[in-house]
Amino acid sequence: MKIVVCIKQVPDTAEVRINPETNTLVRDGVPSIINPYDLHALEAALQIKEKIGGTVTAITMGPPQAEDALREAIAMGVDDAVLLTDRAFAGSDTWATAYTLARAVSRIGYDLILCGKQAIDGDTAQVGPEMAEFLDIPHIAYVKAIDDINDRVIRVKRMMEEGYDVVEADLPVLLTVVKEINEPRLPSLKGKMRAKKAEIRRLGFKDLETDEHLVGLQGSPTQVKNIFAPEMKKDRKVLKGTPEEVVEQLITVLKEMKCL
Amino acid sequence: MDYFFTEEQKMIQELARQIAEEKVVPVRAELDEKEEFPHEIMQVLAQSDMFGIFIPEEYGGLGMGSLELCIAVEELSRACLGVSTSYAANALGTYPILLFGTEEQKKRYLPDIASGKRLVAFALTEANAGSDAAGIQTTAKKDGDYYILNGTKQWITNGGEAEIYTVIAMTDPSRGARGASAFIVEKGTEGFSFGKKEKKMGIRASVTRELIFDNCRVPKENLLGREGMGFIVAMKTLDQSRVGVGAQGVGVAQGALEEAIRFARQRVQFGKPVISFQAVQHMLADMATLTEAARALVYSVARYVDSGAKDISKPSAMAKVFATDVAMKVTTDAVQVMGGSGYMREYPVEKMMRDAKILQIYEGTNQIQRNVIGQELIKEAARKG
Ligand SMILES: Cc1cc2nc3c(=O)[nH]c(=O)nc-3n(C[C@H](O)[C@H](O)[C@H](O)COP(=O)(O)OP(=O)(O)OC[C@H]3O[C@@H](n4cnc5c(N)ncnc54)[C@H](O)[C@@H]3O)c2cc1C
Repeated sequence: MKIVVCIKQVPDTAEVRINPETNTLVRDGVPSIINPYDLHALEAALQIKEKIGGTVTAITMGPPQAEDALREAIAMGVDDAVLLTDRAFAGSDTWATAYTLARAVSRIGYDLILCGKQAIDGDTAQVGPEMAEFLDIPHIAYVKAIDDINDRVIRVKRMMEEGYDVVEADLPVLLTVVKEINEPRLPSLKGKMRAKKAEIRRLGFKDLETDEHLVGLQGSPTQVKNIFAPEMKKDRKVLKGTPEEVVEQLITVLKEMKCL
Repeated sequence: MDYFFTEEQKMIQELARQIAEEKVVPVRAELDEKEEFPHEIMQVLAQSDMFGIFIPEEYGGLGMGSLELCIAVEELSRACLGVSTSYAANALGTYPILLFGTEEQKKRYLPDIASGKRLVAFALTEANAGSDAAGIQTTAKKDGDYYILNGTKQWITNGGEAEIYTVIAMTDPSRGARGASAFIVEKGTEGFSFGKKEKKMGIRASVTRELIFDNCRVPKENLLGREGMGFIVAMKTLDQSRVGVGAQGVGVAQGALEEAIRFARQRVQFGKPVISFQAVQHMLADMATLTEAARALVYSVARYVDSGAKDISKPSAMAKVFATDVAMKVTTDAVQVMGGSGYMREYPVEKMMRDAKILQIYEGTNQIQRNVIGQELIKEAARKG
């Protein structure tokens, strides 16, 4: 079983700050971590390997310093790591990112691809499913449990708003996982020591044998024009009284607002 | 302070701290309240290779020493002494095998210990033999290929939880201290059972239990060293492990100091944070100074132990006595700095104070440590003439 886990390095803060002039993330002074959902994907991969054997490769696309995230993944126990980095990839939107990653994993080879459900700095939840489309393989998003897996077939629980679906798919397949799937392990000392010395494979634009206009800014059909926090509206009103009175008042207010 | 740790030592510190903060701190109050053994935390420690730190690489460990073990113990102790006691007692139980085991015994036991698959305990103390360890009454009588053990060990950390026990028993009671021997006894051996589980003042996440040997047949291959070497095994083991008790002291003192500072900055009385009062600052200053002095001593002694030096009795007694007296004082003062809040279970310092007390008692009381230091001083003086 060849398992590939796609991880992303993100700033370690719940409140990602944005530079209002450039509309890009302010990364200075903010420590970087592995996207929390991706830790669950890594854990799921390691558990599958422990259960049925195989290898786990972590891959990330990002600036050279994203290598740190890969070393952390090695410390957790993945077998090897690939850094997809090139100036040509800069400015990728989710489409171009998914395309680039798809090219790279095709080169590496895979039976199973695992991603976190989304990245906490973008929250789009698009890259995983888009990758599956580029690779022309099935995908199952929001996986909360892997019930069974063998060389050919996987059966999972997919989280739904109420309850879950049980979904079966032939391999190769791509999964995106939610936090409920497991508790990510901490690194081990032996893993950390191995991570320090490990060689990280690098792939660049040339290695992917593709067209310049398909990657990076050129390959991105969408562009971020503006990022902003929704404005907080201050004019709130609390209606008080018995339920009957409150309903009366509410109807009046809604009529005043011309909502009714 | 920078103690010039190597990359690997920093890794241990970083990972032990992460485990302490993410896995221990959130559950420590509950473990204390319920007197519950930290099974899950032990598993995390195992998965993180923490049990292999001081075990040679050829047996699946990381091949490091006392200093690295002290670093891990200190970080865990900063969060919870109950957890760190369960962890450190494992090393205490392992040293007899590491120091005196045959190649065969090491091959048989150390890999499972290094991986954390099997936990270890050390059993010396009995009802009538505490400080006076030579007073033990558990016997081991040779019978063909076996030794038959009879007797009861008291207050054994990890009792019942551990799979492997290193036990000191009398093979020849007529020879007194020279008549003791050390054995490896596995859980599940016929005639070996567990008795009373103690209810304690502190370190309640650790188990302290009776071991009962009732015609327990231990294969003769499980004798550690030779017959009659039991007390040498015990004393060398304690010399080796005592600096780790010092590291526990440093850790809990550090934890208490940090809590006290955090509290004193935000508690306002007379219109000011209480940390702005010089009386409070001076207490914190003394707490910080003592903790740092204890840390420096513990690291120096651990390095000395790792150098392979033979005369480690006095320095390890010094590290134990100083760092644990510091721990008692600093945790008590942390409660004082925090006033009534410090006394309440909502804050962790009352637990730290209860926990710290054990450090002055186990692995040889601090009175006994001072006896050891005193005797060494006399010997040294006599040697100089
Ligand atoms: C929580 C806990 C866990 C423990 N875990 C283990 C374990 O895993 N394995 C194990 O073998 N043991 C263990 N012990 C036992 C521990 O090591 C002993 O309690 C300790 O050695 C002291 O013995 P004692 O309690 O019998 O005190 P005693 O020896 O009865 O001492 C009572 C008092 O007299 C003082 N005293 C005694 N003799 C002298 C002397 N010659 N000079 C000056 N003062 C003296 C002592 O310092 C003490 O203040 C544990 C104990 C506790 C409480």
